[in-house]
Parts: sequence; C-alpha cells; structure tokens
Amino acid sequence: MIVAEQKPLEEIKGVLGDAENVLVAGCGTCVTVCLAGGEKEAQLMASALRIASRVDGTPIEATDVTVQRQCEWEYLEMIEAEVEKADLIVSLACGIGVQTFARHFPDKWVVPGLNTTFLGQPEEQGIWTEQCQACGNCMLAMTGGICPVARCSKQVQNGPCGGSEHGLCEVKRIRRVDGVPVMVKGRGGRMMPATEDVECAWHLIHDRLKEHNRLDLITGVQEPKDWTTSRDGGPRRIVREDLILMDEE
Amino acid sequence: MSTDNGLKSGSNLEKVLRAGHFAVTGELGPPQSADPDHIKEKVGYLKGMVDAVNVTDNQTAVVRMSSLGASVLAVQEGIEPVMQMTCRDRNRLAMQADFLAAHALGVRNMLALSGDHQSFGNHPTSKNVHDMDSMQQIRMLKDLRDEKKFQCGDVMKGCEPRFFIGAAAAPEAHPVEWRPMRLAKKVAAGADFIQTQLVYNLPAFKKYMEEVRKMRLHEKTAILVGVGPLKGPAMGKYMRDFVPGITVPDDVIARIEAAAKGIDPEDKAAKQKAWRAEGIKMCIELIQEVKEIEGVAGVHVMAIEWEEAVKPLVEGAGLLPRPVV
Amino acid sequence: MQRTGECFEPQLTAFTCSYCAYMSGDTAGAMRIQYPATTKVIKLPCTGKTDARYIMSAFEDGADGVYIIACPIGNCHHVRGNERARARVVHTKKLLDQVGLGGERLDIFFLSAGMGESFAQAAKEMNDRIMRLGPSPLRMGGKEVGAGEAGEQKNGGDETGEQSVEATQ
Repeated sequence: MIVAEQKPLEEIKGVLGDAENVLVAGCGTCVTVCLAGGEKEAQLMASALRIASRVDGTPIEATDVTVQRQCEWEYLEMIEAEVEKADLIVSLACGIGVQTFARHFPDKWVVPGLNTTFLGQPEEQGIWTEQCQACGNCMLAMTGGICPVARCSKQVQNGPCGGSEHGLCEVKRIRRVDGVPVMVKGRGGRMMPATEDVECAWHLIHDRLKEHNRLDLITGVQEPKDWTTSRDGGPRRIVREDLILMDEE
Repeated sequence: MSTDNGLKSGSNLEKVLRAGHFAVTGELGPPQSADPDHIKEKVGYLKGMVDAVNVTDNQTAVVRMSSLGASVLAVQEGIEPVMQMTCRDRNRLAMQADFLAAHALGVRNMLALSGDHQSFGNHPTSKNVHDMDSMQQIRMLKDLRDEKKFQCGDVMKGCEPRFFIGAAAAPEAHPVEWRPMRLAKKVAAGADFIQTQLVYNLPAFKKYMEEVRKMRLHEKTAILVGVGPLKGPAMGKYMRDFVPGITVPDDVIARIEAAAKGIDPEDKAAKQKAWRAEGIKMCIELIQEVKEIEGVAGVHVMAIEWEEAVKPLVEGAGLLPRPVV
Repeated sequence: MQRTGECFEPQLTAFTCSYCAYMSGDTAGAMRIQYPATTKVIKLPCTGKTDARYIMSAFEDGADGVYIIACPIGNCHHVRGNERARARVVHTKKLLDQVGLGGERLDIFFLSAGMGESFAQAAKEMNDRIMRLGPSPLRMGGKEVGAGEAGEQKNGGDETGEQSVEATQ
C-alpha cells in the first residue's frame, strides 16, 4: 500500500492563508489502512484545526468528508457540494489524491495534510517499512522476492557490497517518531539525529537464495539497470488498449 | 594507444605486476580545499615508495578536490595515480566523460567503487546517484577499453580510454562465504587488479585466499592486500567495533597495547611513540607474511592521515627500492 | 487574562470503562467519599475505545480538562485495552500541545473497582490542576463559569495505587 504520515499541524496551519471554510478530505483506501488520512483522521484534523484557530483568536469553520478513493475523480464528484462550500481543502490523501483534487476542482485551492512516504507493508502494528520503489522493471524473480532497489541503501545490483556485517547495512536509518527525527546527544555534546539498524537486503537475498538452492541466479554480473521505466524516464503512463473505450461512431 | 607488449594500459602499476614484482600502492587523499600544495606535500612522502597512489573520490562522503583534478596534479608531480571513482556521485554519463578526460590527462589506473554512503559525510542531506554499481562500472571500463564501446553500445571513434582496471574487495564482510564469489564476479566483469579492505586478521584472510585459489581467481587478477599500521589500541578497537568488513583479533590488540607497558601512563607522548613504533613493526611483519601467501601480488598501504609511516613500512618490509619498469 | 480562583469552576469530563474504573466511582459513592462535583462521567465499554476524537470533542464542547479512568495495567477485562488508552492519551497530549490547549489538561488514571478513594483523589487532582491552569482557552468569554463554590472537596487520603501519565513523565 501507499504509506503516508501526517504533517505537523503547525505546517498545515501555515498554508491555510485566510481561508475561513476549510474542508478536510480523508481518503478511504491506503491512508486509511495506514491510519494517516482516513475518516477518523479527517475528523480529528478538522477538530484540531477548529480548536487551534479558536485558540489563536481567528476561528475558522473546518468540516470533514471522506471518500473511498481520492485518486479517482468519480469519487470526488460525489462530494462536489461539500467542496463547493469550502474555500480551501486540506487533503489527507497521498500525493496522488491531492493532485486529483487539484485537477478535478481547478478553481479550488488544495493543500496536502500528509507526507506520502513510501510503498510499503505494515511490519507490525504501528510500524511500516518500505518495500518497493515502483522502478517499473521488477527484478524480484532474480532476488528471491527481496528488492535491492527499494531496500539496499545504494541500490546495488550485484551485492552485497563491503558494508554488510551481521546481516546489517553499514548505513543507518534516521530514527523518526511521528515523522520527526529523534535527537540525541552525539560526540562532542552536539545534538544529532538518532539512528537505527537496517537489514542488508543483499544478505537477506543471499540467505534466501541459498535456502532455495538458487544462488546460481546471482553468480552472473547483473547488467546496468534500464531506468527508463523508472522515474528517470520522466512521468510514467500506462496505456491498455484493451480497456480504452472507443469513441461512439 | 599502446597495446604494445600486450599491455592493457601501459601504467606503471600494470608493468610492475606484469614483470612479476610484488607491487606496492599507497593512498593520497585530496584536500578539502583548492590547494594544490597539499598534494605536493603528500606526494613528497610517497614518491619512490610506491608504484602508484590511490587518489580518493570524496572519501567518506566528505567533499574534497575531485579525484580527477587531484590525479592530474599527481601526474604532474611525477607519481602515478590510481584514480578512484564512486558510483555515488556520478551517473553513467558523468563517469564515462571523466574516464575520457582522465585518460586524455594522463591517468592510467582507475578504481571502481560504489562509494561511502552520503550519510557518513558532510552533506548527509544530498541525493545519491547509484545509476550503476561498481561491478557494472568495471564492465563499462572494460568495454570502453577493449571494445571501444560506450555503455550504450555506441562505438567510439578515435582514441579510447585505456585503464588498468581496479576493484575493491572486502574479504571479511558478510556473508563471508559469498565473498570469493563476489570477487569472481568482479574478475568476470573485468577487474585487472584488486585492492582489499584493511586486513588485520591473517588467519581469516588466508582462508579467503584458499577459496580464491580454488577458483583460480589469482591467476586472472592481481590481488593487493590492504594493510595499514595501527596508531594504538584505540584505533584497533575502533576498526574492530565500528568498521564493517574488518576484524581485528584480540592478540593484535593485546600486542599493540603491550607496547606501552612500563611507560608512565601519564606520559602520553611516550606511549604514542611506543604504540606507533609497534604498529609499524606489526604492519611490516604482516606485509612479510601476506607476501608469502600464494596468489597475493602486492600490498595496498593505507596509512590514514599518517603518510610519514609509508617509508619506514615499505623500507622495513624490504620492498625498496621500487622497481623501475 | 485567565480567570482563576474562586469564581472558576472547572468542567471536567471523565471517560471510564464499564468495569473497574466505573465501579471505583460507584465505590466512592457507596463510601460517601466526596469529590469535586464538576466531573461528568462518560462510560465506555473499555478504555480501549478511547478515541482522540472523543477527547477533542469534549474540549470543543467546553471541557476544561479530560481524564480517562482505566483498569490497572494487567487487569483490563479486554486484556490490553487500557494500554491502548494510555498510548492514545500520550499521543493526544501532543496534539493538545499543538492546538494550543496544552497536554496537561488531559490525563489517565488506573484504578481497580475497590479504589473509591483513589477515584475521588483523581477527580481532585484534575480539578486542582485545572484550577491552576485556568479555564480552557476555548471557554474564554464563555458564560458557563458560575459564581458558585468551586465544588466541595474532600481528600480521600489514599495517594497510592494510581499513577497518572503526567506524573510518570
């Protein structure tokens, strides 16, 4: 699923401008499942914006509405009336939903309430990890279902590199809680972000292929990746001619 | 360009190895400034001591004078560079462009590296490239040289960049059992010589070489063992605890610790002197031991921020004078 | 700007579960223990149902302080509902800080059914805290603040047994 997390309220408040009627729009799909922008979160965000504006002395109207999927305009059409009343929309969808909103309601101003973080899976309750970068050219068949593009710090294609030790990558991840780096006192007393261990994807790949007796898959030199299917080919598009509706004759 | 005598690049390092000499390479870190004198000074310590020096490419992801620029300065100072190039900072266009420039400017050895992650350096908020990995970079260097082909497949018109192609190996990184295979991949990709990560654990390295010999990799590539003198027990422990791919056995740390025995603990200068002397002695012994391992073609001396140590090391190991080929 | 002191009577909302926590209130009543009369008690099936939206609604509707009364940790009738409530309280405190109400206006207490005195003590503690903090900024200029007594207060005396998140932070 698409995993996202809420922006700090302060940041959202900062982009509201002089809007008096704010519509907080939740999305019922990915961001509901990752508890960042579903119906509950939209209600809570609306409440938080109302309270904060009252405390600040410039009360605004903040209401909420949630659609099944903000990334499809058919669903947005269903909330036209609510959108009409608002002078600004805080979209709690992923970046796709925000853009669909902006495109479908061109005369409305829409701002994101979330940071879209990655394509991932729930590791356990409350923890999500990145699994896929949508490079457009899946190599999981070679790597035993473990993605080096998304999960190796250097996207090495012929790993593991020399920075692998005890199954861990030498590169550490900045530890974030609720999106904010956790700061700790570093050497010399300077505050710096705390880090946490990351598994070496190639160590995992090696062990899994060995387990399945398929190490032969990675003994050859993997050719340089064709990134044209990835973002490097520009914004991507899929055309399925079997699905396109022809113009009526 | 010369494929005379069947040489691939005609570099001094290649010739030394081809002639069957035990090769010695060193390391030259470019300055964090535009100061060419810094390089001249370091060259002063290394000239005549080594067959070539690695010129690092934004090592530990800290911005420095480019490895291309510093390599050219090294050429001008009369020492042969092994230009390092990481996959972190350049895509395949930039890499090939710099290969062309480097060759045109007299650089003849190129070392392919993936590069330290930017999070370790002084620009941790930057975006890395990693268009290719080091394995693919080796292959690209080989195709440019032997096929006159750009990575895209286009055939080059005119002079092709001819490098003696180097690669890194980390014999003790994990999973250890995969390391000989990974070396085999680098050799298959086209690595003419290998420089290993620092070795302190001789038994582990010997075991690695056993596997390497079984795969006959030492016949296809020249393996230079990474060695470096310890400055004291703290450095040994740091390497052991914090640098992936390096193990430092207890007896090594115990020995350097013992060097300061009997010295007044308060006398820091005396302790440091004793440790450093012992570090050099231990490194000399290590060089002599790896020299005896079948399949080892030379040493890569990494005296980190301690260039003065190179002379006593190489001299002490009986590797002077360096051959003129 | 804040109206504190005698003329301010804090409005408190307490969410309790229907097991230990609610019964501790019953016990307080049965034992005739007095506690500030300013608390409105809302029963939840379990404090695992504690939802930041309920808490925020309470504040929007005029509460000066909100607290949760849950079963003791390890004794939840739904096993870990009270732990979830505790985590949500910690999270909602941050949200209250962000919106400018202040996380101090929210807390959680863990009580077993027999702890009537602690129930009263929790009410008193919250009442005192809100007295100190003053009315919710959302009520400033509001009309609810009466001129009456600030609630009869009687200390139950037993200060052990319950632990508030505020106290443990």
